[in-house]
Amino acid sequence: MISKEELDRAFDARFAPEIKEKLQSARVAVAGLGGLGSNIAVMLARSGVGHLFLVDFDRVDTTNLNRQAYTIPHLGMNKTDAIKLILADINPYLDIKTQCVKVTPENVSSLFGDYKYVCEAFDKPDQKAMLVRELLTQTGATVVSGNGMAGFGDSNGIKTNKINSRLFVCGDLTTDVGGGTGLMAPRVAVCAGHQANKIIQLILE
Amino acid sequence: MVTINGENLNAAGKTAAQFIAEAGYNVERVVVERNLVILKKDELEITVFQDGDTIEILNFVGGG
Repeated sequence: MISKEELDRAFDARFAPEIKEKLQSARVAVAGLGGLGSNIAVMLARSGVGHLFLVDFDRVDTTNLNRQAYTIPHLGMNKTDAIKLILADINPYLDIKTQCVKVTPENVSSLFGDYKYVCEAFDKPDQKAMLVRELLTQTGATVVSGNGMAGFGDSNGIKTNKINSRLFVCGDLTTDVGGGTGLMAPRVAVCAGHQANKIIQLILE
Repeated sequence: MVTINGENLNAAGKTAAQFIAEAGYNVERVVVERNLVILKKDELEITVFQDGDTIEILNFVGGG
């Protein structure tokens, strides 16, 4: 197995040590491990974010394979278990915590209260609004949310929007699923990339 | 006048919940910020927009 020192050396070849240290000590939560969250988790792990807390209540199924990080061997597993396997193959020295639970207004504070940065990566609009609202009113977390990434419209329509000092919303803000518009890997990944990059900016600034 | 999502509207005196319904939003799918403070869900019914308020209504769509 590859050693931690080898992985660190590969990182050091590209970035200054203080960047690595900031990322390694950062703690980020991701709520929802679907198209957005599974890709965000992979990108943060590749970037060396040291402590990830990943939450989802769902299992991997065949409709996920078109855009989520999972592959056929993960079918039927809890997404929280599947993502741990994927991340362990990218960097086995990260601290990955998971919880297989449905997020409600009642458990937002106990789940995410210790995290400075939380990615909202749910798929249902009422759940997205609930999580953003509850995080901003119950915790001190800075929230990076995804909103509007369905279909195959122009990639450049997806932006990172600063709503206030604690809320960033990535997406085109309008393209809903339904009415013949589904989710496809590229645009979901573009939005996930916006969210992951904003998290890294926040950690490093 | 009340500034809502960048537009000056004659909405003073309406509650947040009234405005949301009249504008065609689903209350379950929005997050409302009034003068940089996010409103709790149970505050939407009792928060009355005042002249000079700056309101952001963030409407969520499906997909993730």
